[in-house]
Amino acid sequence: MAALESAKKIQAKFGALISEPVVFRDEVSLTLADPEQILAVCQHAKLQLGFDYLVDLSSVDNYGEDPRWTLVYHLRSSKTGEEVRIKTSVSEEKSELPSVLGVWRTVNWHEREVYDMMGIRFAGHPDLRRILMWDGYPYFPLRKDFPLAGKPTDLPGVAFTQPAPLEGGPFVTAPGRDAINREPRMRTPEE
Amino acid sequence: MQTKSEFGYDSKIEGDVVLTTVDAALSWFRANSVWPMPMGLACCAIELMAVGASRFDISRFGSEVMRFSPRQADCMIVAGTVTYKMAGVLKRVYDQMPEPKYVIAMGACASTGGMYRSYAVLQGVDKIVPVDIYISGCPPRPEAVLDALIKIQSKISKQPVISKMNLVNRLTAPVTS
Repeated sequence: MAALESAKKIQAKFGALISEPVVFRDEVSLTLADPEQILAVCQHAKLQLGFDYLVDLSSVDNYGEDPRWTLVYHLRSSKTGEEVRIKTSVSEEKSELPSVLGVWRTVNWHEREVYDMMGIRFAGHPDLRRILMWDGYPYFPLRKDFPLAGKPTDLPGVAFTQPAPLEGGPFVTAPGRDAINREPRMRTPEE
Repeated sequence: MQTKSEFGYDSKIEGDVVLTTVDAALSWFRANSVWPMPMGLACCAIELMAVGASRFDISRFGSEVMRFSPRQADCMIVAGTVTYKMAGVLKRVYDQMPEPKYVIAMGACASTGGMYRSYAVLQGVDKIVPVDIYISGCPPRPEAVLDALIKIQSKISKQPVISKMNLVNRLTAPVTS
């Protein structure tokens, strides 16, 4: 397995910082102990091992645990097709790690999205603005402690939001009956 | 052929002259050339395209001139989900439209937020702009859009222009002495 060999090379270079590669269903994952080293690890993976493509950068909210955030970098080599996943955890107090924009330019919008949805900052990012929500929105809506219905905000001249609870909405389904009755539509409570 | 009393015309008596009021004539012109501003935000916009295409043919009602500049439009058709991020843009586009202007909220999302009960979606475009006609459906049939357009036309044809303008001018004219 070429990917496993590359993962072992990363481990050999960074020693105790990188965990033993975990293989699950032919996918290789590494865990980086110190998030401050993510830039060095990514640089090494791209320049020495040919991981020229960052497939995705995602973030996980381990709500109630410490460290709270986990960032997952999916690396791919377009020459050999091997893929390696690098995970690293950041505490809620810090909520910051180095940007890898110098390695892959594609990560620009990925890091902006992680910042927008989770509130994790990337040091060295040249343009860390919100990407999906508008500038000035005060919350980070993909955190586990943020309700799906939203929170009220009132920012004159920017935008306002009101909570939209799922129950009691204008269009609700009635489960358990035939397809025509299940269809979402306006219903009175006694119906 | 419109048969309102303002357009009463008897060729035997009046010859080549048609008598009407300026208000009625202007209303007639305006009602039959509503230029829509297609605010296509989601899948409702696909149905709106069908309304403009040959099968349903919105030009039968004089509204085929879809204007993507708000300054040349009379009627904004909000077709789709209005997110809070888009809400500010939508309000700005509406503010740029010249008076008199009308708004059609097309479909469940534009009318009430529809199935999107979430932090990101405005629960009804009527929270930021005044809506004249709501169309139900998800998405509505093209016939429903035409029905809304006919309702807008009947609303426009009942609205006086000149008499209202005179009133406004009198109220806002600078006092000269």
